[in-house]
Amino acid sequence: MKYLALIAALAPSVALADTNPGDWDAVVKAANGQTVYWHAWGGSTQTNDFIAWVGDRVQAEYGVTLEHVKLTDTADAVTRVLSEKQAGQNDDSAVDMIWINGANFAAMKEADLLFGPFAEQLPNWALVDVDGKTVQTDFTVPTDGMESPWAMAQVVFDYDTADISEPMGSMREILDWTAANPGRFTYPQPPDFLGTTFLKQVLVDILDDPSVLSAEATDANYAATTAPLWDYLDKLTPNLWRQGQAYPPTGTAMFPLISDGELDLSISFSPGAASAAIANFELPETVRTFVLDKGTIGNASFVAVPYNSGSTEGAMIVANFLLSPEAQARAQDPNLLGYGTVLNMDALTDMDRAKFDALDLGIATLSPAELGTAVAEPHPSWMTRIAEDWTARYGVAQ
Amino acid sequence: MKRRLLPALPTLTILAMLGPVAAGLYWKILPAFGHFPAAGAYGPNLDAFRAIFAWPGFSEAAWLSIRTGLIATSISLMIVVLLTAGWSGTRAFRVLERALSPLLSVPHAAAAFGLAFLIAPSGWIARLISPWLTGWEQPLDLLIIRDPLCITLALGLIIKEVPFLLLMTIAALSQSDAHRKMAVAQALGYGRITGWVKVVFPSVYAQIRLPVYVVLAYAMTVVDVALILGPTTPPPLSVQIVNWMSDPDLMLRLQGASAALIQLILVIAALGFWRMVEALAARLGRIWIQKGTRGQNDTIIRNAALVLGVTTASAVFLGILILTLWSFAGFWSFPNATPDAFTLRNWQRHGPGVSDAVWETAIIALTAAVIALVLTIGCLEAEHRYHLKMGKGGVWLLYLPLLIPQVAFLPGLQTLFINMGAAMGRGPVILAHLIFVLPYVYLSLADPFRAWDARMGTIATALRATPDGVLWRVRLPMLLRPILTALAVGIAVSVGQYLPTLLIGGGRVTTLTTEALAIASGGDRRAIGVYGLMQTFAALVPFTLAILIPALIWRNRRGLRHG
Repeated sequence: MKYLALIAALAPSVALADTNPGDWDAVVKAANGQTVYWHAWGGSTQTNDFIAWVGDRVQAEYGVTLEHVKLTDTADAVTRVLSEKQAGQNDDSAVDMIWINGANFAAMKEADLLFGPFAEQLPNWALVDVDGKTVQTDFTVPTDGMESPWAMAQVVFDYDTADISEPMGSMREILDWTAANPGRFTYPQPPDFLGTTFLKQVLVDILDDPSVLSAEATDANYAATTAPLWDYLDKLTPNLWRQGQAYPPTGTAMFPLISDGELDLSISFSPGAASAAIANFELPETVRTFVLDKGTIGNASFVAVPYNSGSTEGAMIVANFLLSPEAQARAQDPNLLGYGTVLNMDALTDMDRAKFDALDLGIATLSPAELGTAVAEPHPSWMTRIAEDWTARYGVAQ
Repeated sequence: MKRRLLPALPTLTILAMLGPVAAGLYWKILPAFGHFPAAGAYGPNLDAFRAIFAWPGFSEAAWLSIRTGLIATSISLMIVVLLTAGWSGTRAFRVLERALSPLLSVPHAAAAFGLAFLIAPSGWIARLISPWLTGWEQPLDLLIIRDPLCITLALGLIIKEVPFLLLMTIAALSQSDAHRKMAVAQALGYGRITGWVKVVFPSVYAQIRLPVYVVLAYAMTVVDVALILGPTTPPPLSVQIVNWMSDPDLMLRLQGASAALIQLILVIAALGFWRMVEALAARLGRIWIQKGTRGQNDTIIRNAALVLGVTTASAVFLGILILTLWSFAGFWSFPNATPDAFTLRNWQRHGPGVSDAVWETAIIALTAAVIALVLTIGCLEAEHRYHLKMGKGGVWLLYLPLLIPQVAFLPGLQTLFINMGAAMGRGPVILAHLIFVLPYVYLSLADPFRAWDARMGTIATALRATPDGVLWRVRLPMLLRPILTALAVGIAVSVGQYLPTLLIGGGRVTTLTTEALAIASGGDRRAIGVYGLMQTFAALVPFTLAILIPALIWRNRRGLRHG
């Protein structure tokens, strides 16, 4: 990633001609008529429908046109901004907003590829649950207002009660279960984000003291810390679906496998996704979710604006709208999307809170109490190294 | 058409096709050798190559690419040869020919989705025979899709390449004097297949050699089909190149550039190997011909060939049928052969997205195909008027963009466009599509255009028509059907383009194909059904029109209906 910093240093600095995020009236005025190209992963029909709805709403209310650029990989959008910076394209990027977190955010922030700070000046920031949810750090990296949160995610395991009677409490239990039921579990192939999340989840759960993961990985502690992970995976892999010779490309690609009865257990990063998929005929009605006894990894999804976006005002309008009780309640509705809200219920008016209270979280969704407190993400350096090592160990072996 | 412009058109056409390829390659070679000043990398050095050779999956990924190419090409060619040898001239062959022609237009990705839905362990074939025959209540844990031997990937390519090679072979047959040769061979007591392979095949193969090379190069470097059916641990080299090219770490882009050069060298090496096998086969073939064996097992081979041909065609047809089923499916559990419930909801959900993509796809495809058609007609007319005959080298030039792997020059072309400030949007995408649309339009129109009876022109000239008048009022109307067919071919090629749209469009241009592949990564079969089906329609409708329109316009001109 050090090359990013280098380019950033070489490229000419840009004058900020954009409207000051603090002057919201001016932002609203400038945004009218702008088109915002939102680069976001396009593999989930529910998310795509939600983004289309956001587009209709900001068009009606603010005259902002939202175009969803459906990515197969968020890194594509990062690369795009990077190529533009190299080519001196400093004022009208193809990208106006990115659904981002983790390593991609860290890379863009470090290379000065982002617009901001703007997030904490948004009017709806006052409603955000700053104390209760990890919305000001992203995989331990401070956000510094350079990205605005819009959804909470937490690892849950989806299981088919037709085949598994009891939830499992730890990664060890899951390992024992796969030994008894070979071929019925798998995870997406890293570097897919859910795949790497699974690896981190294993590591966090089997380490006696996971606190070492909150600081940057060093050559000194990396090998010893991750040794139990590789040991675990060596035992797990032969009992995976297809003996680990092939992996699903993404998390949602495991839904049809559960439907077909190829899998009994899978991992998901969205507590409400299973209920949404049941409503959408993508999962059997017997699917439920569970979290581990020690808790599971959770993080926030953010939106960020590239430094060279030509529609920063429009992008801020969308980011602010995403934080509105209306959008957040819709996102949490498992029949539509099923994402966790980033808002603080106590900061809402009674009428807005009623929108959330009225939600039926869905047959397979755990209550906030059952979900428990999310375990913090490790520092991104762990994920980068683990993903590389995983590829060398399991991703190229025949 | 201005008189001064016409003689320049062939050069312009060659430029439109080869210019971008050459520029793209050039912009790729510098970073491949570590020279990428924008990224703070100053070469030349071999660091990126070293990094690739150090990647543990490299040799396997390269092998996958070579293996897939050779398997898919040789099996497709074998099916086509046996089918033509055993059945050409019969009714069964005409039926098959008619069934296969529309399949040519089915986009590769849609055919691949259909195949996956068909042969997966939980696919339709397994559902049809379960549980009453097999006893499977759960699908078997079998590695069929994404198998590390690439057999499924090769199959996915074969079902699309057989129609292509078959139509090329049929076109070549008419110039091979096949009928009389076969009559002589059969009079001498040769079996149908043995006789055909011995006396007709050599001259046919000489004509379809370039299409065969195109199939080989394509199968080695395909990205979209490999994303759907190919292995991932590791993926074939072409997929890995795309992964590297889209990584936020710039060092990996250098690696992608170097790997693309290696891919190019692999393709050239494979073509060289194929050429050697050709020479060997020719030598052995001559000995075999001289032995004078008449062919013992011809009937068995002949029937086997028909089974293979029918299987190929039905794999695509059934695949599209399954796509249709999924697009209307409610919940659909294993092992039920039909959905547990039907619903219109999938179409309602995806309707708006589909219709946006349909427009974008149509605009791009039509523009690219029309430009290609104008250039092609211009070239052919210039050839006719000024006798600018394209030599053997010219035909090679025409095929060159199809022989050079897309991943080898498209990322370089993308860099070029960004540097020119034409970073995104429809225009550059249309230009990029034109590179691939032009050769197919030219190949499709050239023969009928040249075969036009020139005496018609002489008569028209005698009636005081100018050369332009002959072209516009006599030749083009008479060639309406082949012209519309060429247009439909161009549209189908454009509809199927994935990598050029993705890389050159910068994500802002969403066609049915890019949309279908983006959605495919999420595995929502109902969405894949909707998009795959629409993609197929987008390519099929122009073909249907190309048949219907001339039939309507020339309904009282029987001689013109077949061009």
